[in-house]
Formats: sequence, C-alpha cells, structure tokens
Amino acid sequence: MSEPAAESADSGSDPEVPSIDLPSDAFDAVLDALSDKTPGDPLRFEGFSVAPDLRGDIDEDRYVFADGDRRTGLTEGELHEALAERAPAVTDWYTFERVVGEFGPRRAFLRWLEDADGATVATRYAALAEGIERAWGELKITATITDRGERRYDVRHADDAGVPVDELDAYEDPLDARELVTYDEKGRYRPLKTAPSLAGGWVFPELGPRDAYEAVETIYPATVANWHREREGELDVSHWRETMERQSGIYGVVKTWDRGEGHEHVNWVAEACCDDSQCLKRREWEYDDETDLDVDGGDGVFPCREPCSVVVSAARKWTRLESEQPRTYEFELTPSEKEQVEDIVDAVADGRIDEIREADTKEGANRYRARFLRTKLFDEEGNLAGVPTEEDEESEE
Amino acid sequence: MQSLVIVAHGSHLNPESSAPTYDHADTIRATGAFDEVKTGFWKEEPHFREVLRTVEGDEVYVVPLFVSEGYFTEQVIPRELRLDGWDVSAWDSDGLSADQATLVAEDIDREVHYCGPVGTHRAMTDVIVRRAESVTGDPDVGDGFGLAVVGHGTERNENSAKAIEYHADRIAERDRFDEVEALYMDEDPEVDDLPDFFESDDVVLVPLFIADGYHTQEDIPEDVGLCEDHTEGYDVPTAVDGTRIWYAGAVGTEPLMADVVMERAADAGADLGGALDDVRETTRVATGD
Repeated sequence: MSEPAAESADSGSDPEVPSIDLPSDAFDAVLDALSDKTPGDPLRFEGFSVAPDLRGDIDEDRYVFADGDRRTGLTEGELHEALAERAPAVTDWYTFERVVGEFGPRRAFLRWLEDADGATVATRYAALAEGIERAWGELKITATITDRGERRYDVRHADDAGVPVDELDAYEDPLDARELVTYDEKGRYRPLKTAPSLAGGWVFPELGPRDAYEAVETIYPATVANWHREREGELDVSHWRETMERQSGIYGVVKTWDRGEGHEHVNWVAEACCDDSQCLKRREWEYDDETDLDVDGGDGVFPCREPCSVVVSAARKWTRLESEQPRTYEFELTPSEKEQVEDIVDAVADGRIDEIREADTKEGANRYRARFLRTKLFDEEGNLAGVPTEEDEESEE
Repeated sequence: MQSLVIVAHGSHLNPESSAPTYDHADTIRATGAFDEVKTGFWKEEPHFREVLRTVEGDEVYVVPLFVSEGYFTEQVIPRELRLDGWDVSAWDSDGLSADQATLVAEDIDREVHYCGPVGTHRAMTDVIVRRAESVTGDPDVGDGFGLAVVGHGTERNENSAKAIEYHADRIAERDRFDEVEALYMDEDPEVDDLPDFFESDDVVLVPLFIADGYHTQEDIPEDVGLCEDHTEGYDVPTAVDGTRIWYAGAVGTEPLMADVVMERAADAGADLGGALDDVRETTRVATGD
C-alpha cells in the first residue's frame, strides 16, 4: 500500500500550501450551518471556530470568530473576509461535511486517501497539490486539489501509472467501470471482480469525491464497506463451517464434506482459490471460530469476510469428487513422462500455458510435448496408457 | 433518503446474465425517483450478503429480478440479506400475490421493504405484450398473430408455471392477439410442438426469463426448430412447419421491465412522483414515424 506522497511536514520544512479561493458554495454552506448553531455550540474548523453572535439587537446577522482570540459582532462581509483568509480549512470542512457527506464507508475511504485523520489541512493541501497516490487492489488512485479546494481523483490501473491521459480511454461516468471489469485482457469473462486480472488501458481522469468512491465500489464491489467495518472493529466474519452450514438446494451437499475429520480439505480450497495470485482480498475467514487454516490469508488491502460464491460453487464440485474412493491404477511412464504430467498440472494451475513458447520443448507443458504424450500414451477412448478409468470397462474387454 | 436495491441471480460463466439488471437500474436511476439504485447478485458482486452494507438510504426497497415466487424469493434472498424473523407467511401469497414484507435486515440494523418478484407483478403482463411489439417492430401487433408465453416449468415448483398462466390468461382477456398459449420447456404443453397449438400463421414466442442465457439462446431456439444448432443463428421470423415464429428472447431484457421494478417498490410505499410515466415514455416502441 502506498503512503501519502508528501512527507514534507515530517521533514521539518513548512509545506507549500496552494493558494485557495473560497468558493461561494462553501461560504453559503457555512452560513447555512451557522443558522442552526448557538454561541455555545460553534462550527469548528481546524484552528478556529465560528458561531452566530446572538447578542445584537439589530436585524443583520452577526458572527463570533475564535482562533485563540475572540472577535464578536462580525458582519457577513467581515466573516467572509476572515474565512477567505483560511480557505483551506473552510474548503476542507465543506468537502467532507457537505460534498462527501456522512455515509461511513465513503467518508472513511476519501479521508484515508489523503490521510485526513492523521495530517493537518496544511500538510494535506500541500500533498494534494503534488498529488497523493494510493493503491487499492490493482487500482492507482491519485488525489489532487483545485484552486477552489475541490478534490479531483484520477483512477486507473496501476500498470498505467505515468501514462498520459490522452493515451488511455478516458471515462467520466463511474458506472462505465462496469464494462471495464467484465472481461480480462484476453477477453474472457471475469466471474470474480477481485481477481487480479483487471485489464488496463483506461482512466477516470477527473472524478469528484462521490464519483471516485462510486468508481472504486463498481470495480471492487463492497470492498470499501468491508474495509471500513474492519477499521471500525466491526467486520463480521463468517467462517467456513457456518457458511457451509447455511447452504441449501444444490449447494446443501457441501455440508457432507465436513465429517469431523479435520480441515485439511479447507486448506486445499483456500490454497486453490484464495491465494493472492487468484484473489486480491485478504482472507479473514478460517475453518471455524477456534480453528485457523494453515494457509496464509494473503496481503490484500480489503478483507474477505466469508467464502464467496465462487468458492462455494467450487467446494460443491470438490465435495462430489472427494466422495470417490481412491483406486490403484498401474501405468508405465518414463521418468520424464511423469515429470511432464506434473509440469502440465503446474502450468495450468498457475495459468502459465500462454507463457510457454511454441518451440520450447524443454518445457514439459509445451504444446508439442503434450501432443506427443497424448499420441503415444492415450488409447482411442482417451485413457492414459490404455488403462480404463472404471474397472468394469476393463472386464468388458 | 430512498434507496432501491435490485437483486438478481447473475452468473459465474456469462456476463449476459447481469446485463438486464444493470440496464434496468440505469433506466430507473435516470428518472431520479430514488436517491440511489444498487444492484446485488447471488453469483456476482456485490453478493446478496453484502449489498445492503453499500446502501445509504433509510427507506430501502429490495426488488428481486426473478420470474416466480419460490426457492430464491422465499429462502435464499431473505436468508442472505439476513431479514430478521422472515417467514414466508408474511407474504400470505397464493404463489402469485407476494407484495412486500417490512423487516429489519440484521446486516445494517435497518428496516427494508422486501418485495415480491417482478415476474408475478400485474405490470409484467404489459412487458410481455411490449416484447411482442418490439420484436415485430409493430406497436399495434396482435391482429392475425398468436402469442406464446413460454416458461421453464418444473415438476418441483408449481409456482413456476403459475406466473406463465397468469400472464397468458390476462393477455388472452384483452382480445388483442388471435390466440394466446402458455407453453413450457419441462412440462406439458411443451414448446417443442409450438405450431400444433396455433392456427395463426404468425406467432410471437416470448420466453418469461429474466436474462438471455443457455435456455433462451440455445435450448428454446433448437427445441422449437428455429435452427438445428444455435451457433448458426436464426432469423426473426423463422418459418417452422408453415408457422412464422417471431422469437423474442428473454422478456427480462425488454426496457419496460424497469417499470415493473418501480411498480414493486411503489406498492411497498416508495414515493416515485411522476417517474413511472417517464419510464413508460422512454421505453416505448418507436412507431417509425
């Protein structure tokens, strides 16, 4: 995970805070907020507060301003002048209170993007002027600021970092991201949106805060919501056993896979499906409340709180397959042929078959080698070394 | 703040399954009737289990984009949404009349209005008729035409056939088409013998499915005889045993479906203003004038 780009505050020198004009919508929002306030309950900004001044007996609204010193009886014009001098703090308040709003996941995510719960406004505005970069799965999100204190976000594939916007397909509507996540680079359907197979070549160059959140949630649905819950200490994890126990219909059979015989089979599932090479979520579910799996959960920034539908579907298939009893088959293979079978399984499992060069016959999973093996060892029914799969097939012959 | 959540099946294998869900969500979003429109899936993300935590509103309407009442609407969706105290008797339904139940979703500790499926709503009848209009390109289609409403049908769930019969009966009562028949893939009367059930030279075949997929793109065209092999494709219309069959594909892809989703939410108390009229206007069949 990348850290906020600017560290100038920590290095001792004052950050270069950009010059910010106070937009009228931000000032109007302040006046609107003050209309509900009393002097004892001021509107607080970083470093100062304002409140209505209710002591006056004139018609015009007056205000109290406090930043250590306390000034009373300010007219609206004087308040505007005072706030304009502190436009970074006011626009920061406006951004998070009014533009971003209170919805927990959105607010927490956008604050996290610029470390708003840790750094001062001055530090953040200086960093935003440079551009703050964060990683989220395969995304790179760059937050910047306009001279009116508005946030702008560039959302793109991390592989496209540094590529000029006009060399990428640019989008404005965050829901367009639905198209971008549908197929991988080879044009294959992606059933799991958190698979590390997001294709690049596109950019959302100038999203506002709400749209940036929407784009991220469209590309990786519910990841912000679960990350937020985790940060609040409220992530609800459903472990393997309880998740399988609630399955019904065609998935009900999965329950028969757990027979009080340990959890090695679930280790196999997690290693097959939930590895970082297959899914960017960090697996937080275990076998049950008391039994951790032996397999590492991965390093993803967003948590996985229960076995997903891809895992449940695969587990259903494995439940069927694992109910079979092993048999002893007798094959004759040369040592190289045995290794070649191992190479082929490896290459398919790791998705490497496209990387194996056509004429590279040193590779066991090379296509010519595989075709040679098939020609030499398979009979007309496709049986390896002519050995039938079912015993009764043999007896028929 | 008013939120709409459309829940649908989705697929691990085929992106067409969720495409109509997104399309209808976009249509409804454009009306502005809801502050937000979210989608959740059984097989895609966000999953039923997690979609509600992405929802901001305090008035939440959940509409299942499913054809009939049954396993999904009565068991899977309420369980996965964690609707506290859900009991199917809350709908007091005869298999066609599920409307809504208001329950607290444990996931977000807020009330949600859980609606009946789109497929059994009375407005669905209009979508089937509209589908016939759009596939023939004729807003007045009916005279000289038969209409076949086709469902999956299954011995396991009688509700599956009920929805088909319900809409076929309602369309027949309108006397718009010369003939209307309810046909099935897995029970009698079977869609395979379609020409036997009609005297009309032209028959519109509307499958009551939510999305185009294996059944609507492979099974039905081959079973009906529109083609030998679905990969060869077929014309609309295609003549089979002297009957011109206008194959409509899944009714759920018809833009007017957005109207049914909104009707479901409105029945559950959503305030839609004039949005329903807007949707009907934007999804109508152009007359070509």
